[in-house]
Amino acid sequence: MKYLPLVWSQLFRRKTRTVLTLLSVLVAFLLFGLLQAVQIAFESGADSADAKRLLTTARYSIIEPLPMSYALRMERVQGVVAVAYADWFGAKYQNESNAFAVFAVDPARYLDMYPEFEIAPAQREAFMKTRTGAVAGKRLMDRYGWKVGQKLPISSEIHAKTDGSLDWEFDLVGVFDAEDPAVRANTDVVLINVAYFDEARQSGRGKTGWYITRIADADQARTIAADVDRLFMNSPDETKTAPEKEFAIGFAKQIGDLGALVTRILLAVFFTILILTGNTMAQAIRERIPELAILKTLGFSNVTVTALVLGEAALLLSIGATLGMLTAVSIIPGLNSATGGRFPPLFVHAETFVLAAVVALALALAVGLPPALRVHRLRIVEALAGHR
Amino acid sequence: MSSLNQILHITLINLRNVPRRLGTSLVVVVGIAGVVGVLVSVLAMGEGFRHTLASTGRPTRVIMLRAGSDAEMSSGVGRDQATLLGALPGVARDDAGRPLVSAELFVMVDLPRQGQSDPNNVPFRGVQPAAFAIRDEVRIIEGRHYERGVREVIVGRKAAREFAGLGVGSRIAFRDSDWTVVGTFESGGDVHESEIWADAEVAMSAFRRSGFQSVTAALADPTDSGLADLRASIARDRRLSINVLREPEYYAKQASILSKLIGVLGYSVATFMAIGATFGALNCMYSAIASRQTEIATLRAIGFGGAPVVVSVMIEALALALIGGVLGATLAYVYCDGASLSTLNFNTFSQVAFDFRVTPGLLARGLVWALLIGAAGGLLPAIRAARVPVTVALRTA
Repeated sequence: MKYLPLVWSQLFRRKTRTVLTLLSVLVAFLLFGLLQAVQIAFESGADSADAKRLLTTARYSIIEPLPMSYALRMERVQGVVAVAYADWFGAKYQNESNAFAVFAVDPARYLDMYPEFEIAPAQREAFMKTRTGAVAGKRLMDRYGWKVGQKLPISSEIHAKTDGSLDWEFDLVGVFDAEDPAVRANTDVVLINVAYFDEARQSGRGKTGWYITRIADADQARTIAADVDRLFMNSPDETKTAPEKEFAIGFAKQIGDLGALVTRILLAVFFTILILTGNTMAQAIRERIPELAILKTLGFSNVTVTALVLGEAALLLSIGATLGMLTAVSIIPGLNSATGGRFPPLFVHAETFVLAAVVALALALAVGLPPALRVHRLRIVEALAGHR
Repeated sequence: MSSLNQILHITLINLRNVPRRLGTSLVVVVGIAGVVGVLVSVLAMGEGFRHTLASTGRPTRVIMLRAGSDAEMSSGVGRDQATLLGALPGVARDDAGRPLVSAELFVMVDLPRQGQSDPNNVPFRGVQPAAFAIRDEVRIIEGRHYERGVREVIVGRKAAREFAGLGVGSRIAFRDSDWTVVGTFESGGDVHESEIWADAEVAMSAFRRSGFQSVTAALADPTDSGLADLRASIARDRRLSINVLREPEYYAKQASILSKLIGVLGYSVATFMAIGATFGALNCMYSAIASRQTEIATLRAIGFGGAPVVVSVMIEALALALIGGVLGATLAYVYCDGASLSTLNFNTFSQVAFDFRVTPGLLARGLVWALLIGAAGGLLPAIRAARVPVTVALRTA
């Protein structure tokens, strides 16, 4: 630690060069933080998944409906604690298709299934009692400026009412939110009361889209999933049950390998940074060969001088990485509000910081080692003689 | 000596000097190659996706959906309505007088990608016999057509490539029973190549559907007035609540969300990288002029003007940037062009397969970015080089 001032003054010996290099490193880590946040946002479903929840869909395709009567039979499966179901409404709001998701649910069953959705008890009560009731996630309320108590006109692209009209209207009786940023992405949804929806729709009555089951023991997930599917085997509506996390991962994979794309971009970014800082370091050391030789003359050991050079590389990259990650953290709230909630909320995950530290350290070693070894081998007489 | 001549001479001296500053010059080249490579490849992905959807359909054909539905998946057209639509005078007829109209079932089936096990929403289309007369770009390239009334399917070229178990002769388990893949088709690289096709009647009974999702028809009169007549005749019939779109218009809409997303991703990442690369270029050019301080000062002392110095430094920066740009664009072309990919189209909620397309336009855009970064990185050092007083420069060197 006592060498820190020395390393510091060596690093900033040529201010312009160091500052410019630092800025490049900063931008690289800023990009790293942002891209990781995007990737995590897309895969956040898997992150926020509850190991004690299973999802059941129709066996051959997620779009095929299942009978609502399955709920009662699923509840009787050993190890199942609770069952909820939801149906896809196919919302069109202000002429925009799928502006947000709308699920037709049994209010009590659904809200009990997702305790991470926080809703005021009185509003929950109102949602259960109001047949035409709806509740919406806080981010959606903010995006569209809705107020609790207003009428909410939403069209459906799929479900016509008995009079043939596709235009529905609900009473917005509540709002829910989630503390955890990984869960908050799942709150971009409007829940409507299935009691009214099922009665008022023209076709598909008595059917629902998917089931969510809560189980007592997460270790039993596979067995219970198999038990549920066996229940409906060879019926007209066979099922496919999997842990929520698997389902979320599967959905993220449908989008394709976003992770691989992000990794490739970041490889390009860090390769550039490697060349850039490597060059800066090499240049800085080359200029200082006589000074380093003098340090050795004064009695600094080979190891110490080598450590000084490595320390300089580490300092350069850690300052740049820290500033970059801090910038990422500070601009993300702005980005979130700029996208108007149309994108899952971005946040920098704790793991990303750890990963950034590892990358910074690896880069420091890669750019610091060659000049450090050169300095280690440096012979005082030659070094002093070679430079003027 | 004319200033043009001066510029030429100083620039030549500079450029001859570059090999001696290989390290710093490499930073500019690699930095800019990175920006251009990433920009061009991400945009090539967007371009490929857009091209696949844009090349789907012809303006002489229309797709009819339930009014209020923007995508086939959410649309529903009853059997009775489909019959009424086929009988409309605006629909073209074949030589035997049968209407060129195909009412189609459009559902999703779960299939894993090659070498994976997670299910993907692969589009499955049940078509009527006229579908092949209407879409004459569809051609069987392997195997044969399915037989009517039998559980057989033909598979689009790209679907067969992306998803597991779709080779000719294999059997796939969808609802109720197995289906046999009897052929592979191509259709000019459009979106249908991501689909599985079967006879509509067989598919409807297997998927237990009583209605269709859409009706595709050839226009009798493909002009705007012909389309307007067709729309008017539908509007007059109170049994029909149908929206008519020319195919290209419909498919262009289906590309909107994903192309926007890819564009935003590509440009934001490239912008950040460009900022980083500009700092790298600034660094390089500052150290370039620092190493030549005496030389530049000497030139100015013997009568060379400031402007030629500025221009020469700029030219060096731009030349390095151009090399980086060409390198990045070449890498993007070699690694990405034609690479295939399948993703979930958020508009239709189903998988669409497409190829990266590195177009000349994208390459040019990459080079423009490279030159802009070079210019931004060269300007300040160039001005500094020209403004340091000659006496100071000579003394401190």
